[in-house]
Amino acid sequence: MTTLDYFQIFLFIALVIALTPVLGKFMYKVFAGEKTIMHPVFGGLEKLSYKLIKVNPNEESNWKSYTFGLLLFNLVGIIFLFLIQMIQAQLPLNPANLPNVSWHSALNTAISFVTNTNWQGYSGETTLSYFVQMVGLTVQNFVSAATGIAVIIALIRGLSRKTTDKLGNFWVDLTRSTLYILLPLSILFAVVLVGQGVVQNFNSYETVHTLQGGQQVLPMGPAASQIAIKQLGTNGGGFFNANSAHPFENPSPFSNFLEMLTIFLISGGLTYTYGKMVGSTRQGWTIFMVMMFLFVAGLGISLYSEYAANPVFGNIAAMEGKETRFGITNSVLFSVVTTDASCGSVNAMHDSLSPLSGMVPMINMMLGEVIFGGVGAGLYGMVVFIILTVFIAGLMVGRTPEYLGKKIGAFEVQMAIIANLSTSFAILLFTAWASVSSYGLSSLNNSGPHGFSEIFYAFTSAAGNNGSAFAGLNANTLFYNLALGLVMLIGRFGVIIPMLAIAGSLAGKNITPTSAGTFRTDNWLFASLLIAVILIVGGLTYFPALSLGPIVEHLLMHSGITF
Amino acid sequence: MKTQLIISIKIFAVLTLLCGIVYPLFITGIAQLVFPAKANGSLIVQGNKVIGSELIGQKFDSIIYFSSRPSAIDYNPMPSGGSNFGPTSSKLKQLISDRKAQWVKSNPTSDPEKIPAEMLLASASGLDPHISPKAALLQVDRIAKARNFSEERKQQLIKVITDQTESPQFSFLGETRINVLTLNLALDKL
Repeated sequence: MTTLDYFQIFLFIALVIALTPVLGKFMYKVFAGEKTIMHPVFGGLEKLSYKLIKVNPNEESNWKSYTFGLLLFNLVGIIFLFLIQMIQAQLPLNPANLPNVSWHSALNTAISFVTNTNWQGYSGETTLSYFVQMVGLTVQNFVSAATGIAVIIALIRGLSRKTTDKLGNFWVDLTRSTLYILLPLSILFAVVLVGQGVVQNFNSYETVHTLQGGQQVLPMGPAASQIAIKQLGTNGGGFFNANSAHPFENPSPFSNFLEMLTIFLISGGLTYTYGKMVGSTRQGWTIFMVMMFLFVAGLGISLYSEYAANPVFGNIAAMEGKETRFGITNSVLFSVVTTDASCGSVNAMHDSLSPLSGMVPMINMMLGEVIFGGVGAGLYGMVVFIILTVFIAGLMVGRTPEYLGKKIGAFEVQMAIIANLSTSFAILLFTAWASVSSYGLSSLNNSGPHGFSEIFYAFTSAAGNNGSAFAGLNANTLFYNLALGLVMLIGRFGVIIPMLAIAGSLAGKNITPTSAGTFRTDNWLFASLLIAVILIVGGLTYFPALSLGPIVEHLLMHSGITF
Repeated sequence: MKTQLIISIKIFAVLTLLCGIVYPLFITGIAQLVFPAKANGSLIVQGNKVIGSELIGQKFDSIIYFSSRPSAIDYNPMPSGGSNFGPTSSKLKQLISDRKAQWVKSNPTSDPEKIPAEMLLASASGLDPHISPKAALLQVDRIAKARNFSEERKQQLIKVITDQTESPQFSFLGETRINVLTLNLALDKL
């Protein structure tokens, strides 16, 4: 690694830290209902929306009604997205004359984009029309991110309010997240991306006559507008098959740097918003530092492994599946960032990473996508671990566990465990099933332990709502489309519903004032405990399976064995 | 239940109109106004023919052109993608040794142990437009011979490589690289 490599990494981290309070304060204002600089532009639109949908923005609901509204809205999204894929040949804006999508692929994609996973069993440029990409996928890029933000805001209200059953108004939280946070940032970012060379048009695919005398068909489309929100909303679904490795989707080192920064931007900022809303920014920064620590640790391991020689291929630089303009450092950095946050866009093929560099993304996802994580989702996932940590700490010292003055009772711990186990259960069960079935194994691109890793990665990515892949696996089959679709639903709503139940339960409780005996949750001791719980509870569950995949592959590679 | 469902459908319609139609059209409008060439794919036109995009790599395997990187999709962008071969893949091991042999055959003056890795390994998109300047310099002897270049023109060619080499963006982002298509266009004009 050169000085420039280190400099780019430090610059990235410095900017994430610097932008966190800036955006965090802004988002606090949005959800406190205060006027922001965006109100003159979108304020009228917000009021108009409430009038159109006939909702009173001041009317708040309890957790059950909030959850129910959220689930219905997501269901409407799945049905709409499924249907337009099934009839895209009859719809406009389809210059490549792409046929209707198969029902199981359409269902998988619909679930995938609504759950903020953006797993892609299809190839964008050869499967979906501009209409579906724009009216279907771009919309879900926005609203699935806004759904995640709404859940964390409701959870924070549960933590900061007392003796009430009101958690807020889902429609208002959804609208405000979209209008004031996601849309302005996307507009800005999309224009910058076009300036770097990302395409944004409605032209037909361009047939070019290459210099050497061949022909090449270049796909086109309204890509920049989708890619901007794909990064900002930690969605990750590429406009083109190669995702952010495609030169039309990520043309320059600058676009690449911004695409990484925007993945962490909102999730980082939300930790600050969290601190502001619970009345102590130290609480927010403690969570931020835990996330930053885990990010840097993963990045270190991954860089070390990718720069180490691979004796199997004669110790040449690991450029398979990487783009020249990004090189190794920016490819590894992207892979760690995109799997810490549940983004899942890629600028290098993770399937071709060295064994340990491929394992770091897997572990990032297995920890529950809490290292910054998906917008909103990362932070509420982190609250699961915080509840477990105060519970375990409470057991150790023999006191009733408390967090931010709220007594953590049996119900909260049960819900946290359900949230935690539902994803582990889905990952391990389905990986095992696919690994012993002919229809699971016939999709593999690699054999040996790496083949197992392809399956394991797929279900981990689906359960973590990440969406990146060891893309050699052919997942566009009936089995994988349905199994991964189910796992994505479990990974999303198996966490959201328990978290909103916790929010409802906490909102009803009183807040105990801080005293000398209060177990502090804003210092290094707590941060260390939290890291330990994340690694032990989140990580150890998967250790046996990881040793069958990347760990054994790492050992075999150093003995020069191939498959 | 019924009111919640009606609200869901209505708000979904409002947000679809806003994020799925107004927003992309607005961005397209700005893009076409401010960066028309880039928004339309950074196409290179020669005469009245579109010969490629500055951003998209093309297949070059003729001895009179600088070669581009190996591509898992043979530079056919429908669809883009990499090989997805893992670090213990015997197929990839075989490909590397084949490509090494091929390189040495066509560029006999270069040391087989010093071939830049990107010339032996396929890119992520299959459409990587760049190679390293070192990989370009290693091909000069072959191209000069194939095109019967005098020593003077060969030196000019080396100068073209130096001129076209892109440093890291803003001098600190990304890698030093050279665009194979624009390099070959300059080569044709030499």
